[in-house]
Amino acid sequence: MIPSLLGISLVLFTVLAMAPGDPFEELATNPAVPPEVRAALRAKFGLDDPVWTRYLHWLVAMIHGDWGFSFVSRMDVDKLILQRLPVTLIVIGSSQIIAMLVALPVGVLAATRPYSLFDQVANTLAFVGFSLPTFFTGLLFILVFSIQLDWLPFVYRANIDATGWQFYWEHIKQSIMPVMVLGLFQGASLVRFVRSSVLDVIKLDYVTTARSKGIGERKVITKHVVRNALIPVVTLVALQLPIVFGGAIVTEQIFRVPGIGSLLISSMLSNDTPVVMAVTFVIACLVVFFNLLADIIYGWLDPRISYR
Amino acid sequence: MAEPLLDIRGLKTWFKTDDGMVRAVDGVSLSIDRGETLGVVGESGCGKTVTARSVLKLIDMPPGRFEAGQILWQGRDLIPLDETEMNKIRAREIAIIFQEPMTSLNPVYTVGDQIAEVIELHQKLSRKQAMVGAADMLKLVNIPNPERRVHDYPHQFSGGMRQRVMIAMALSCQPKLLIADEPTTALDVTIQAQILELMQEMKERFGMAIMLITHAMGVVAETTQRVVVMYAGKVVEEAPVGALFGDPRHPYTQGLIRSIPRVDRSAGRQARLESIPGTVPSLLDPPPGCRFAARCRYVMPACTQAIPPLKEVAPGHKVACIL
Repeated sequence: MIPSLLGISLVLFTVLAMAPGDPFEELATNPAVPPEVRAALRAKFGLDDPVWTRYLHWLVAMIHGDWGFSFVSRMDVDKLILQRLPVTLIVIGSSQIIAMLVALPVGVLAATRPYSLFDQVANTLAFVGFSLPTFFTGLLFILVFSIQLDWLPFVYRANIDATGWQFYWEHIKQSIMPVMVLGLFQGASLVRFVRSSVLDVIKLDYVTTARSKGIGERKVITKHVVRNALIPVVTLVALQLPIVFGGAIVTEQIFRVPGIGSLLISSMLSNDTPVVMAVTFVIACLVVFFNLLADIIYGWLDPRISYR
Repeated sequence: MAEPLLDIRGLKTWFKTDDGMVRAVDGVSLSIDRGETLGVVGESGCGKTVTARSVLKLIDMPPGRFEAGQILWQGRDLIPLDETEMNKIRAREIAIIFQEPMTSLNPVYTVGDQIAEVIELHQKLSRKQAMVGAADMLKLVNIPNPERRVHDYPHQFSGGMRQRVMIAMALSCQPKLLIADEPTTALDVTIQAQILELMQEMKERFGMAIMLITHAMGVVAETTQRVVVMYAGKVVEEAPVGALFGDPRHPYTQGLIRSIPRVDRSAGRQARLESIPGTVPSLLDPPPGCRFAARCRYVMPACTQAIPPLKEVAPGHKVACIL
């Protein structure tokens, strides 16, 4: 885990250092700032050092808990990220939960009745669901639920001037659309995956053994099929996580959710390298962490995988 | 004589495929008495397994379908029963063990869990009592350290041990009939003998009947009282085991017996083992007449006209051949 994070940070840092763009571009075009001041500033932030010294600086600072300083917002990067991270985690977390809640029952039901009407409808909807990109469904949702029906707000506000239940209700209301857009997109591909995984397991010998025991079909499915079918699904969920973060960045942009996705985009646009670096690194950490979590879930689902 | 324990009459289990109807079991009749061991032999793909699974209705429907026939279990036809009724018979009255012990157990539950599941369900015991019962069953099938082994997962057992676990699971409700679908095919020879011996021992202990499906004629000779020979979805010969080996009537049975390797005869003189030329015909729209005709050494024109009926040539010895 640690070596992979080190590798990721090294690659990220090098790529960002090679990228064009300069945080002091604005100062450069501003005639009131003399070139000596600009050079002094560059020297102060170490921008003219070779890449590897800058990387080592960054790494040492990072280990000491210093995440850097945002050129644009004039505040510490860690504060900036901590402000934004919870929103993103809530949106992604609940969308993953929605995706699983939709995909598991629908996929299992579709697999137990292959080629039935239910299966075909589920398959068609799933196909539509993961064929449409989130920026399209997002706009469609805004059009239908915010503009036509006027049920939900289409801009996510961080500062809601309400208290108590009203506060939570407002938060839930404005989260529904981004969560749904992400969750249904994820859920759609998961449905097809759960279905094929269950279909694979349902043919296996031990399922026939389970049936021969006289336990009802329902229990055969829930106890003997689903747990085995979940093992490859966990892999998929973990592998798709980077895609989810990518989708979250787009969705946050559409709904103006003040998460790290929109922070990433705005800091990229303003060449705010420390923030870009920190945000991508945080996302990388999260992906690595969730893969670790997936490994732990494997061990719990499948006793053949042992960590001893 | 009293009514047989299991009486299959004219069973037809067909499968609908894209190419047409596969007549996997096409008019099979056989019966098993209490405490008897019946051998069902035949090549791969002749309908033995489908017959066995039909009894417990473990055939996927669709594509499978019972086209005709009756499966009388102690006089009661199983075919019209719904799943709830069938589940009262499965494991409690008729149990089954399969060919592949490596894949017949669920890899994610301990063997104790899987045995206890049956006991809990059919004997209405608590989980704790059922686990004790599971350990007892493991002990019965000679698995060392049963109290510890109940907590092990299937991958921690060898093939032979897993088949013992399957037997323990099958016997945990003392069924009246055990269907053993090629229980030793996937095991090596020394383990085969142990498993057969174990089944014999269990049979004597519980007084149950066994339907032993196999393609090994040697196994049949050793363990069964009566034998049904199947070919291409049909019964071609049925006889007490002595009569079958002493006086095989159907050319197919004769061929099967000739293909048993024999140490005493092969040495020196004629070392080549005989085989039956050709393979089992497609069960998809089979040709009229005797299905063995194409491979039979005594074939004559009448053979391809109509299917010869099963007729009794000696007491308890039936053959479906015009010879």
